[in-house]
Order: sequence, then structure tokens, then C-alpha cells
Amino acid sequence: MACETHLTRVWLILVSNEVERVVTKNNAAPLLEIKHLKTHFFTEDGVVRAVDGVDLQVFPGEVVGLVGESGCGKSVTSLSIMQLISAPGKIVAGEITFEGQNLLELSEKEMMKIRGDRISMIFQQPQTSLNPVFQAGDQVAEVFRIHQKLQDEEAWEQAVELFRMVGIPAPERRAKSYPHEMSGGMAQRVMIAMALALRPNLLVADEPTTALDVTIQAQIIQLIQDLRKEVGAAVILITHDLGVVAEMAERVAVMYAGQIVEMTDVISLFDKTFHPYTQGLIGSIPVLGKVKERLEVIPGSVPNLVDLPPGCRFAPRCRARMEYGLDLCTKVEPQLIEYQPGHQVRCWLYQDTEEYKAPLKDRG
Amino acid sequence: MTDKTANLANLDKEGLSLKSVSLWQITWRRLFKRKSALLGLGILIVLVFIALTAQWISPYDPYQVLIGIEDVDMRQAPCIHLLGCPKDQPQHIMGIDGNVRDQFSRLLYGTRLSLMVGLTTVSFAIIIGTILGALSGYFGGWVDNTIMRVMDVLLAFPSLLLAIAIVTVLGPGLINALLAIGIVSIPAYARVVRSSVLSVREMDYVSATRALGGNNFDILFKRIMPNALTPLIVQGTLGIATAILDAAALSFLGLGAQPPTPEWGQMLSAERNQVFTAPHLVFYPGFAIMTTVLAFNLLGDGLRDALDPRLAHTSK
Amino acid sequence: MIQYITRRMFMAIPVLFGILLVTFALARLIPGDPCRAILGEKATDAVCERFIHERGLDKPIPVQFGVYLKEIIRGDFGRSIRYSLPVTRLLVERLPTTVELSFAALTLSLIIGIPLGIISAVRHNSWIDVLTMMWANAGVSMPVFWLGLMLAYIFSLVLKDTPFWLPPSGRVSPGISTAAFYDVWGLSVYGQGLGVAILNFLSRLNILNAILSGNWKLLGDSIKHLILPAVALSTIPMALIARMTRSSMLEVLGQDYIRTARAKGLAKRMVILKHAFRNSLLPLVTVIGLSLGSLLGGAVLTETIFGLSGLGRTLYDAITARDYVIVQSFTVVIAIFFVILNLIVDVSYAYLDPRIKLD
Repeated sequence: MACETHLTRVWLILVSNEVERVVTKNNAAPLLEIKHLKTHFFTEDGVVRAVDGVDLQVFPGEVVGLVGESGCGKSVTSLSIMQLISAPGKIVAGEITFEGQNLLELSEKEMMKIRGDRISMIFQQPQTSLNPVFQAGDQVAEVFRIHQKLQDEEAWEQAVELFRMVGIPAPERRAKSYPHEMSGGMAQRVMIAMALALRPNLLVADEPTTALDVTIQAQIIQLIQDLRKEVGAAVILITHDLGVVAEMAERVAVMYAGQIVEMTDVISLFDKTFHPYTQGLIGSIPVLGKVKERLEVIPGSVPNLVDLPPGCRFAPRCRARMEYGLDLCTKVEPQLIEYQPGHQVRCWLYQDTEEYKAPLKDRG
Repeated sequence: MTDKTANLANLDKEGLSLKSVSLWQITWRRLFKRKSALLGLGILIVLVFIALTAQWISPYDPYQVLIGIEDVDMRQAPCIHLLGCPKDQPQHIMGIDGNVRDQFSRLLYGTRLSLMVGLTTVSFAIIIGTILGALSGYFGGWVDNTIMRVMDVLLAFPSLLLAIAIVTVLGPGLINALLAIGIVSIPAYARVVRSSVLSVREMDYVSATRALGGNNFDILFKRIMPNALTPLIVQGTLGIATAILDAAALSFLGLGAQPPTPEWGQMLSAERNQVFTAPHLVFYPGFAIMTTVLAFNLLGDGLRDALDPRLAHTSK
Repeated sequence: MIQYITRRMFMAIPVLFGILLVTFALARLIPGDPCRAILGEKATDAVCERFIHERGLDKPIPVQFGVYLKEIIRGDFGRSIRYSLPVTRLLVERLPTTVELSFAALTLSLIIGIPLGIISAVRHNSWIDVLTMMWANAGVSMPVFWLGLMLAYIFSLVLKDTPFWLPPSGRVSPGISTAAFYDVWGLSVYGQGLGVAILNFLSRLNILNAILSGNWKLLGDSIKHLILPAVALSTIPMALIARMTRSSMLEVLGQDYIRTARAKGLAKRMVILKHAFRNSLLPLVTVIGLSLGSLLGGAVLTETIFGLSGLGRTLYDAITARDYVIVQSFTVVIAIFFVILNLIVDVSYAYLDPRIKLD
């Protein structure tokens, strides 16, 4: 399996991309700023706290990775930005500021103008994300008809032009085909064309390569990379694949059970992770040349979001807690703090407590 | 959200692996969550109770002509003591019919007939349909082709019309009407069984049984049929509703139950020209038909939702 | 597309053949002597002998079936003893009533059932959804004949002397002219040709005829007469359509491409009407096809109650009079109609879903 070489590949990518990466841009104003976002789902079984106090900043032109297991709230965060949360879900608290406007205060009509124009999105399942009964070109052309009020013919021409831009062969003919006549990779190209049609400032990519073949994945990643530079869009890249993160992202936020547990630039993510959960995630990647009896596995499973444990949400599965015998973890919830410049972590190992004035890790 | 679906998915897996017991428990639990299905079940329980106890709870003999026994007129309106009908008049809560009989008693006895009609026609159709569908799905080839083309032809007729044609030929009467409705509803069951047989036939455990040298019919009945049971139950419950409705329609047209049988469709038909003068004689039998059919429809829908794991996701 | 249509048409041929075989077999299964079954008990032996010979009933069964086929293809359905008329004449005369009624009922069930289904799906679990589903459940459980009688009772008796009064039976009130539009236009139409038959047929569709001839009195009166039977007949299909629209809309609204359409910046209303509805039409069309069956069956009951002399009423009279020729031939005709309608449904399915051509 490709896994063997995975981490090695990650390192190679990190090193080779380093020149291009602009790690800190903190002096500029953020393009998108999410503050204390809470999105809950009110189901029969109780309130599912899918996103529970997320803070995130995205600066113009950068790629931010949002990583975590499935069910950790990555996708709900992205849908919250687009305000596409439907019942029984609801954004219950927080602010989402985009280009100086709080999106949560906008009317649905104003939000409609932003969607697909200033912020756009691509999804995990390209083939089911396209409407089966309309021609692919028509679905791309629709973006021009909605936002630029173009006539059918003009919009169609623009769509064909985009098909060419995303590297679809014979674009005139392909625009007329239906989604079921396309491969996954081709459909994802169509989705990318649709998302980048109006040169958005922010592209939210929700697992853009997960459903695709490995060989196609690389092509799609390359395509997103090239086009985002050309268009000048910032990208929120949602994925559970650390390889993809290493390849594209500049900064990474790791999510667990509806919260961000660690946030840093991509190099320190692989180099010196702090949070035991992130360490577990990286430890579960096989490393070439390193003989291991077995891969690390994070014991247990993601907690039930209806009935969350008190204290740290990761505590029940946390090896470090057991090693250090920290009682606090199961009682009080840790905060996301900046432990080192540009590196935030949510863990009692790195925080001042009432008992101890210095973080545990610093006391050695 | 994801968690919940995951839990349900787990439940479903359990349900399949542990077979009947837990699957039925889950179905019950889901069924009890649906108010409409519970309503259907509730109505049905009442109807079964009435059917079983009709001879004791009926105030009169349904065939008894009351001329000379009581001081009542033909097609007299309902007299209910609780609603202020003078106490010296005999109580007939649904009035008197055209032959001076107590309509309420006739209606209660009609429950028996209605449930019987539903059960017998559907059992008949299920038995024949299952055999045909199983043969068709299991053997494939020309057997499948022949059977399914015949089913196609049966389905090509509007069902009530074919039933009418069959009864016209066989001669009017309740038994012939039941037979006709039974024949007309065979294709639905044949199709259900055939498709479950087709889907199960290729599953590993069936191939394994075959590899171990199990014989054809053994495989068919021990392995495949239990899987066809679920869709059959749903289809059968809904089918009872249709059968009762169609039987009532045939009786209404004079092709089903004959007077003086207390059958709802026949009762309604006998008095339909009196709708302007004695509406109670039309209203109550029709209402009884609707209630019974509704009960089976609600229960059938509820069962389908409860047995279909796909629907668990719609709550997302 | 054309290839698909032709293939479907060829597939319909064995079904049509099967229909004829079934009705032929049914006619031969009539217990007792076929002659007396058709001519009546009083027919003498001599008459019967001649009848059997004339109709070829003494020939072997396959030959008889061949003759039957040939007659049907020629459009000859035999002669009704009761009306002493060729069945074909009767068909042409009575068909317009049934067509008008079924068409009105279908239109009604579509224009009410579809929007109700869409609203219930969009406002899932709201009071309007709950009410619609309760009503739809009652609707599919309702005996058509009972509903018809109750409607007649309410609108013709209880609401008598109010503006809501509606006539309980018939197609037009006495004294209202039903002059054919071609006569009003001053065309002279006579003869036996197909064109004349079509004109005749059209002129018997009262509402169409009223519009074509500008006879507004007839239009109003016909519509008044049509309301009750059409409402009664439309109830079951309407309920089926509302339920199906709702459930397929619910399924479609959860699909990924709906989210994509919203993410594009399309208004919710447009997403529902364009992206979602177009997809939920596919199962809906199937249900419409199935509803046509209950519509045609229900027409027998509705026409009987409302005294409309269409195919259904004629069939009912034929049943009562044991006129086997009419029962047999009307069954064939209605079944053929049903097959053709379902063929149209299938073809429109292929038109609506681009994926179907691959199968």
C-alpha cells in the first residue's frame, strides 16, 4: 500500500514546497474570521453539538487545512460559513466575519449574493454533487446566469471556456454531457470550474479528493493549487488525509469533537506537535525505514456529541492523561491557548492551572 | 448527527446478523415511535375485537326484520338516548335500514366479513404469488420469462376492471369476488418475492449452501424465503386495504356479497338511491369501509418505514 | 430516443396480445351454453344453432381466437344484444363522457396533489405537512362511491338554495343547447369517414365544444355538472400523487446536488422548483401512470353514481343486464387505453431522465 511511503512523501513535499510557502501573514487583516462558532443539531435524541466554539482565521490567499476524523465537525464548520445548515441544525452562537461583514447578520438574499460568487465550495462526492438531469455545462453556466445575469448563450460560452481552463478535453462536447457520463475526476473538474467561475476570494474545499482514485487525486490537488494562485483565492481545505494537508496547506487546524484542539503552521504540525490527539494522528501514519511492531492506534472512538464527557473531550482516549495521571482533564475543559508564537493548543499539559503555576510540560 | 446514524447503522447490522429476534424488536420500537402507525394498529385491534365478539355486542340479530317486534319505521333516523332521543323509543344508534333491520348490528357483523375478505384474498394472493415469484426468481430463464409476462398482462388491466370482468364471467357472489380480487393482486406479490429472491440468490451464504450440496428447494425455502418475508408483510398489509376497498366496490356494483348478507359495500349499494332521504344508511357503511382500509394503510406505511433501514437517514 | 420509443412499443405488443388472450379466454369460460349466455335464456334451439354457426363457435378454439383477433384489429367488437347496436358505435358515443371526466379528474389531482406534496416536503413535519398526510391517508382509503354519494348529499341537498349548490347527476341541465361547434360554425358535416367521427367525438366533449362554439351557458353548466364527479374521482389519484411528490421531494432535497445548487447562490425557491422538482418528477410519473388505472376503474363507480352515460356507466348497465359482449369489449378497450397511457408514461420517463437511455 501507498501508506508505507506516506510520511516520507509528506516530508519530501514539505521540504520541496518550503520556498513557496509564506508562513506568516499575521500583519494583514484576515479575510475570514470565525469567532466562537457554535452549530448545534436539535434531534429527537438530544442536542448534537457538532461545532462547539470554533475560532479560525483565514488570511487572503493562504491555504488553511482543517483536519480531523469524520464526525468531528469539519464539514459542519464549512457549511456554517456558507450558511447552508438546514433543520434540525442551527448556528446558535458566534460570528463569521468575511471581508469585514458578519455573515450571520446578513439576510438570506444578501447571503445568496455571496455564495458562489465571493465564497464558493467544492464537495467530497463530485458525481452526486452534480444534478443528474442537467447537462454539466448548463450547471456551470447557471453561476453566470445567477450572479452576472448573463443570457443563456453567453453563459454557456463562459462555461465552455471554464471547462477548457480546468483541463477537460473537448470542452464543447463535454459541456453537453450529463454527470453520469463522466468519471469522478472529470466531475470534480466540473465542480472546480463551477466554484472558481467568478474568481471567489475564498474557496471551501470539503474533502475534494477523498472519493477519487489515487492517481486522479494528485491531478486534482495540482489543479486546485494552480487555479487558486491564478484566481488569488484563499482556501479552507477540509480533509482527514494528512498527505493532502502537507501538500497544500500553510496552516493547519486540528478538530476534535466539535472543537479546534491544535492550530499551527504545517511544518510544526509534523515537526513538533503538542496535542496528544494530533500526535496520535501523525503516529498512525506508517513511516518508511522505521521498523515498528505496530502502528499507533488511538484507543476508543469519537465521543457521542449529544452526551459529551465533562472536562477535555479527548480525555477518555488520551494516553498522556493516563501517563501523567492528570485528574483535571476529566473535570475541567481546557482552553485553546497560544503556547508558542503561532502555535495554539487546547490541552492541560500546556496550561497554567490553579494548582501548578507553570504548565506541566515546562516543568519537565 | 453522524453519531446517531452510526448508531442506527449498527442496530441494523445487529438486526441482520442476529436474525429474527432483534430485527423484530427494532421494528417494534420504530413502529411505536410513529403515531400514525399506532393509530392504525389501535383501530385494527378494536376492529378485530368487534369481529370476534359481534354476536355478543350486537344489540340485534343482523338479519332480524323488526316489523311487528318493535315500533320502528323503515329507514328511520338514528335514535340515541344519550343525545336526547325519548327514552320510550327503542334505541338504534345508526338507525333502521330499508328492510327494517338494526343498522348498527349489521355494521358490527360487517366487520367480520370485511376482515375475512381482506385476509383470505391476500393469503390466497400471497401463496400463489410467492410460489410464482420464487420459481421465477430462482430458476430464471424461460420459467421466469413466462411467469413474468403473464404477470405483466395481469398488470396491464386496471385492477378493478379485471376483477369486474372475472366476476361477470364466474357469476356474482362473494366467493367469486374474492377469487377475482385474489387473482388480480397476485402480480404484486410475485414481483416482490422474485426481486428478493434475485437479490438473495447471489449472496455468499446461499452460494455456500449450494456448494455444500443443499438441494434447490431446501435452499429456496430455508434460506431465501425468510428474506422475502419483510417486503411481503408490508405489501400484504397494504394489500389487505386494497382488497377490502375493491371487494366493497364489487359488492356496490352488485357483483360481490348478495343481500341480505350484512356486507358494507352491499349495504351501501342497497340504499344508495335513498341518500337524500336517509343519508345515515349510506354514511355509516362507507365510513366503516374507510376506517378499516385506513387502519391497514396506516399500519402498512408504518411497517414499511420501520422495516426500511434507508429511512433512518431521513432524520438527519 | 426514437430507438427507445420503438423498443418500448415493440415490448407492448406481447402485452396487448396477452390482454386479448385473457379477454377471449374469459368469454369462453362463461359457464353453460355460450349462445344462451349471449342471447338470453329464451333463445330457441334453432336460433342458437344458427348463432353458433354464424359466430364460428363450432370451430376449434385457436381458429376462434384468430377470428376474434381479426375482428378486433378491424375495429369490430361485435353487437350488443341489449342495445342492438354495434359495440363500436356505443364506444364512440360514450367515450367522450369518460374522457372528459377522467381528464378533469387527472388535471385536478395534478394541480392540487403536486403543490401539496412539494409544500409538505419543504415544510417537513409542519402542521401543513401533518394535515396533508392525514388527508392523503384518508384519501387513499376512501371508497369512491361513498365519497361521491356524500358529496352529492352535501352539495345537492344540504347546500340547496345557496350559491354552492351543484347538480347531483347528468352532464347538462335540460333546455341547454349542446349544438355541435361545427353546426354553430355553419360547416356541413355528414358521412361516415374518420374525420367525421373525430369531429363528432370532439363535439361531444361538452366543455371543449362550449368553448369552440362560444356557448358560455353550456360551458358554465357543464363545469357545474363536472365538479362533483371529478372531485370524487380525483381523490385517490390526488392522494397518491401528493404522497409520492412528498416522499420523492424529501429524498431529493437530501441529495448532494441540492446543496451544490444552494452553494452556487441559487435562491431556495429556485432550487426547489428547478433542481429538486425536476428530479422528483421521475418517480412521480410512474405513480401518475399507476393512478390512471385507479382512474379508469373508478370511472365505472363514479359514472354510476352521478348518472353519466360514459363507458363506466354502460359497463355497469351491461353487468346488470349480463351483456357479456359489452363487458368483454369494454374491458379490452379500456385495457388497451391503459397500455397506451403507460407507454406514454414510460416514454416521458426516458425524456425526463437522461440516465435511462443507457439501460
